[in-house]
Amino acid sequence: MLKRSHFRPGLLPYLLVAPQIIITLVFFIWPALQALYESFYIQSAFGLGSTFVGLENFISLFEDPLYIESVWRTFLFSGLVAVLAMSLALTFAALADRVIRGALAYRTLLIWPYAIAPAVAGALWIFMFDPTLGIVSYTLDMFGIEWNQAVNGTQAMALVIMAAAWKQIAYNFLFFLAGMQAIPPSVYEAASIDGASPIRRFRDITLPLLAPTSFFLLVMNIVYAFFDTFGIIDAMTQGGPANATEILVYKVYQDGFVGLDLGGSAAQSVVLMFIVIALTVVQFRFIEKKVQYA
Amino acid sequence: MKKFLQIGLFASLSSLAISAVAQTEIQWWHAMGGKNGELIQGMADKFNASQNKYKINPVFKGSYAETMTGAIAAFRAKQQPAIVQVYEVGTATMMYAKGAVYSVEKLMKDNNQPFDRGAFVPAVTSYYSTPEGELLSMPFNSSSPVLWYNKDALNKAGVTKVPTTWDEVGAAAKKLVDSGMKCGLSVGFQSWVLIENYSAWHNLPIGTLENGFGGLGTQLVFNNEHVKNRLATLAEWTKDKRFVYGGRAGASLPMFTNGECGMWINSSAYYGSIKSQAKFNFGQAMMPLDTSVAKAPQNSIIGGATLWVLQGRPAAEYAGVAEFLSFLISPEVQAPWAMESGYVPITKAASDLMQSQGFYANNPGTDTAVKELSLNPPTANSKGLRFGNFVQIRDVINEEMEAIWAGTKTADKAMNDAVDRGNKLLRRFEQSVQ
Repeated sequence: MLKRSHFRPGLLPYLLVAPQIIITLVFFIWPALQALYESFYIQSAFGLGSTFVGLENFISLFEDPLYIESVWRTFLFSGLVAVLAMSLALTFAALADRVIRGALAYRTLLIWPYAIAPAVAGALWIFMFDPTLGIVSYTLDMFGIEWNQAVNGTQAMALVIMAAAWKQIAYNFLFFLAGMQAIPPSVYEAASIDGASPIRRFRDITLPLLAPTSFFLLVMNIVYAFFDTFGIIDAMTQGGPANATEILVYKVYQDGFVGLDLGGSAAQSVVLMFIVIALTVVQFRFIEKKVQYA
Repeated sequence: MKKFLQIGLFASLSSLAISAVAQTEIQWWHAMGGKNGELIQGMADKFNASQNKYKINPVFKGSYAETMTGAIAAFRAKQQPAIVQVYEVGTATMMYAKGAVYSVEKLMKDNNQPFDRGAFVPAVTSYYSTPEGELLSMPFNSSSPVLWYNKDALNKAGVTKVPTTWDEVGAAAKKLVDSGMKCGLSVGFQSWVLIENYSAWHNLPIGTLENGFGGLGTQLVFNNEHVKNRLATLAEWTKDKRFVYGGRAGASLPMFTNGECGMWINSSAYYGSIKSQAKFNFGQAMMPLDTSVAKAPQNSIIGGATLWVLQGRPAAEYAGVAEFLSFLISPEVQAPWAMESGYVPITKAASDLMQSQGFYANNPGTDTAVKELSLNPPTANSKGLRFGNFVQIRDVINEEMEAIWAGTKTADKAMNDAVDRGNKLLRRFEQSVQ
């Protein structure tokens, strides 16, 4: 019964959603179609000539073992960034939630990193870990750990993961904290009266009630790690050493905007788009089932 | 109403008057930040003050890669500048963009500007000329790799003679490490220094068809035993810190200026940076010779950038561009530019002027790069390189070399892989320009 509209359908609802639809068309659908079109061509940099090559751009991508490695590397990178950024943010939020005195100061400090541009964040971290000048590498050296992310790929990967996660913690923190403060205190009080310990209360009350927030953040963090970390990588390692930190979005940029291989780069962005669509579908189909919206 | 008409008439008349004497404005996109950017603005100001027909407007567009891709994007949108500074690795992309670039030699001829290609240092012109010898872009800022050394550290380590061969570099590096230094030698721009210039210096080909100057269809061939041996030796040296890799481009500069590494091979254009940062006595010497490959060095090849003129601007601008380029290469402009920036003087006249002003005498060693570039007339192997997609190929070489330094690949395997991957990129480039 409720399914039928109570209002006469008019122009107004269409007008109201029009701006959003226009923005989506101009900034998402159109570029996506353009990328799809260009992925079938090899084009000269100046656009003076282009050859239709069919699926050749895609074939050469998947024949390139380095590209396949880059795909797995991207999954590893995104997974670790999301897990690290979310678990640390959750810890901080749980701690900040209990603080009463000086709460604002703590929160402000925790939110700061989010306001920093990725390239600046990258520069900051690379400076701390610079094998020659860095304060952290200097300290590690005293413990006999040799740090040189210019040569050691594992160290370089660890470094970009840390920097990328660090920047995202603030965003996650805000959502977790807001989610925690929305939980009615009476629930905790009842649990306390029943004798539940703080850890038990966190596990059985806070976590389940934060599930929608966590799910939303998981999607946001994966998207962030896939797309927004390019500035950090560019500032810190440029994908090196020996491809160790070359994730997909960086390769798209490197081949397309620096190497001027527009067709190859377009094919990569099409692949990237499908990976993200697939990831999102998986998340909403399977993970969302476990999420209880109160 | 009448008053309005009067005002309107007056306004339109005065705008007419302004446009009658208006200067033709010419856009010059460049990649020179900081001090060098100020020097470029100074050149434009000087030219603008010298006449009133044209106004050169230099615009800083970021890094070399950003400037070049920015100009290409602008060309596609028909908003291109008249002049753009492009780094040497972008040469093939520019030169095969027929219909997009205006050869400077033709530009000068078309606009009756005197132009003598023989006035330039040959190693510079050869890099940017067609097989017929026509100069396509205007040489502007060129440099070459040199061996930078820490005099104090070498003295302390008991090295009495500045190394001139790779064997001597190895021995000196050993002594430096033994004397307590963290590293003997490091390099910057490793593909440019250890592959491109190493090959030219020893007269070895980097690719077929005269390093790509002979046209498309070229194959990379730098995976020869000499290059492999050199890299394998360096990989061996990493074990006892005789050689330490410090990152791409100029990232290893602090290792030299902080006194961690006693020797550093990188561009001569680091003179200013080293002078302001190093707290020790330093010097620059020619690149070391591999005595097992050649008895004497050939000549080095350049890095840096040239000025390309783009097609599609109003005809009136090109006369101004030609006049400005003439002004720019005059010794009175080139000499101060070279002295203050650390780039090499690109014309003999500018070099002579610097000599007569006593610059080389007062700053010993600053003529090293010029000497390297003009050591011998360039051969097919040493006049430079012209490979399509070279920006990406350099990345490939960087990646493969990093695998050597990290010990995950042998020099043999890494160089073969680099050549295979590079050749694929060459084939792609051919498809793009056909």
